[in-house]
Amino acid sequence: MQSFRPFHTTVGPILAAAALAALGALGGCGKSASDSNVRVGDLPVDTDFAKKLQGELLDAKPGSVIEIPTGRYHLDRGLSLRVNGVTIRGAGMAQTILSFRNQTSGPEGLLAQASDFRIEGLTIEDTKGDALKINSGENITIRDVRVRWTDGPKTTNGAYGLYPVKTKNVLIENSQSFGAADAGIYVGQSRNVVVRGCRAEQNVAGIEIENTIDADVHDNVATGNTGGILVFNMPNLSQPGHSTRVFHNKVDANNLGNFGAKGTAVASVPAGSGVVVNSNSLVEIFDNDVTDNVTANVIVSSYFSTGYFNTKGVQPNYDPYPRGIYVHDNRFAGGGDSPDGMDLKVLKTAMFGINGRFPDVLWDGYSDAARANVTEERICVDATASGVLDADGPHKYKSPHLVTDAVRCKLAPLSAVTLAPPVAGPATSAAASASSV
Amino acid sequence: MRLRLLLAPVVCVLAALASCARAPAPVAFIADGKPEHLSDWHLLDVSGGRLVPNAGVLPYDLVTPLFSDYAHKLRTVWMPAGQSAKYSADKAFEFPVGTILSKTFYYPRAASGGSDAVLKTYDAEPGSPAAGIDLARVRLVETRLLVRRADGWTVLPYVWNADQSEAELERTGDEKALDLVDAQGHGQKFTYVVPNENQCASCHVTNLKSGEFTPLGPKARNLNRPLAYVDGTENQIARWMRAGFLTGVPAGELPRAADWRDAQTPIAERARTYLDVNCAHCHQTGGTAGNTSLRLDALGPADWSLGLCKPSVAAGKGTGDRIQDIVPGKPDESILPFRLASTEGGVMMPELGRSTVHQQGVQLIRDWIAAMPGHCQTGSL
Repeated sequence: MQSFRPFHTTVGPILAAAALAALGALGGCGKSASDSNVRVGDLPVDTDFAKKLQGELLDAKPGSVIEIPTGRYHLDRGLSLRVNGVTIRGAGMAQTILSFRNQTSGPEGLLAQASDFRIEGLTIEDTKGDALKINSGENITIRDVRVRWTDGPKTTNGAYGLYPVKTKNVLIENSQSFGAADAGIYVGQSRNVVVRGCRAEQNVAGIEIENTIDADVHDNVATGNTGGILVFNMPNLSQPGHSTRVFHNKVDANNLGNFGAKGTAVASVPAGSGVVVNSNSLVEIFDNDVTDNVTANVIVSSYFSTGYFNTKGVQPNYDPYPRGIYVHDNRFAGGGDSPDGMDLKVLKTAMFGINGRFPDVLWDGYSDAARANVTEERICVDATASGVLDADGPHKYKSPHLVTDAVRCKLAPLSAVTLAPPVAGPATSAAASASSV
Repeated sequence: MRLRLLLAPVVCVLAALASCARAPAPVAFIADGKPEHLSDWHLLDVSGGRLVPNAGVLPYDLVTPLFSDYAHKLRTVWMPAGQSAKYSADKAFEFPVGTILSKTFYYPRAASGGSDAVLKTYDAEPGSPAAGIDLARVRLVETRLLVRRADGWTVLPYVWNADQSEAELERTGDEKALDLVDAQGHGQKFTYVVPNENQCASCHVTNLKSGEFTPLGPKARNLNRPLAYVDGTENQIARWMRAGFLTGVPAGELPRAADWRDAQTPIAERARTYLDVNCAHCHQTGGTAGNTSLRLDALGPADWSLGLCKPSVAAGKGTGDRIQDIVPGKPDESILPFRLASTEGGVMMPELGRSTVHQQGVQLIRDWIAAMPGHCQTGSL
């Protein structure tokens, strides 16, 4: 397991200076900020600031821009927004920092239940629950936002970093997540989604697309997570997902020990997983650099392999099979040489020797026999991957075998996601009213 | 309608006897804006050392109430003359413009300890809420108003001042450090959290799509019980009808929620009602927690959607290393009671409205699960 670098040892002096600036701007909170190792969360809770900011969120009107100036602010109650058409803007992810260390209520840092919502240029850290949750809404933009848990990976960290769920037309851009105990950047039960230019590190899942229809995940870096980029379909939810393109990402050395709580979907992900598809359909993985993920660079699997399936607790119409998975034109290197978990270790050693490695694509072997002849529902992997191993999960891993040649097929490329243009962008609207907290 | 006219003089006479000096101004429905003081509404009157509902303001109580850190609650309803709510068998009544619902959160004071020491006792005490609250014996915390205006419900949280003479609007909420003292005299310090307006919405907006506020308590099944009024004990729905507050009530037997404390009622009914009241404002179809597909309303089916053998979806550390929401016969392996028994943000359920554990509520849910037959078999196919 890689060790998380406590950020305050590297940015201590900046912290102290910014803390002074924040204290000065808000009239002083009484605590000396001369300690260069002071974290935001160690500053006194700035109740006046918190009340003022929450008040702005309550009073916001469509078109409102709420600006949070440079500073490090310690809050202990979660913020919430319920007004459509609002922009929250900090001075930059390194300049405006909201810390929720020792949070007393929330549990999110910011909960938005709003459409035409934009948030940019700030950091949210150390929330008890999810850092930024957007529950239902259309036309969501998250840009230049960083979320992090400053004690490094811990099971008690908040579950999700950036977390739009049941949303439509979502752009997450140039944003970052560090230390989420479930998924750093997570989009669930949504439609029409683009995640690009982001960085996910030290989370259980770096970037996760779940039960979502039409998503493009590209030009991101996922490194040092347990699993890099996940495309999952879970049972019982409002919609099954399909049609996700994962391309031109760097998915490197996601080998962090799994620190997710047992029972969460991601707790089933072995450390050392690059790109993982679980029970999803129509997933195209191409033009990525996928390197040094020690279990496997790509895993294609079924909910049956998570160990969570049971007939009573899972909706009967749930489809547990991955269908129409196309892995092509990637650049793979390393990986597969030190799989997580005894079963996989034994399997690897038995098949490829103590110094050998799994091929780039590991498939648990579950497939829908009734539709074996439907060509669009095949798993296809091109020669840029070193091979494909069918682990024979359905027969308790009795007869694992390479299926590299059998899956040398092609599928039709998926079409690109087109985001609907923002509705009268708040930033440019003549009626926009900017208020500064 | 006729009764309300009759009732008003009775209350006036009582009030006059108590304080002689003045008759409080009548209730004011304020059609817009956000009045700064609770007294602006003339809903509750502080006089003679008591907090008393004003003339025409009817107190009510619920069969099974929401748990709120052991706070006691004085609930009242008021409607303008000639207006009435329309009955619904399973949803909140359809209230007319002008309706004011209030809920005052208070604690009996502990015999010893400072002003923050309060008793850890249960709601639904015997006695008549209509007679008001003896201010010398209680610590008032907050009064929340739900006001039905022309454009929908408005929420207004008012926080009481130290001498309990007035409550001020705190739209962004507040926190109060309190010390809960139990029957054995043991104290338990906790932070009582007054919600901000948006947090009010996270329970009172039960349908995310419409975004509309709705009252949660005053539903037929949860009102259908007797209450001691100043002029005698009567079923609340009957009283609301006679007072002119409710129309469209069908003849015959009306639905009645299980009383969560009534050992004579089957445990499944009590547990389902408890979950309905404490969880279903979010955990219902279309609700804030709709993304979890866990549906805890009393009317839902008793299958995976109630959590039976249901693997968690987005619980994070809230799983407590458990796999399923409810494992029949095994409360220790079930996520649901684990989250009810926690006070840690990101783990505890409900997420808002409590900082302490409702021990008897947790026990009820545990007993219910322990008595369930069957099992969940994990594995493949």
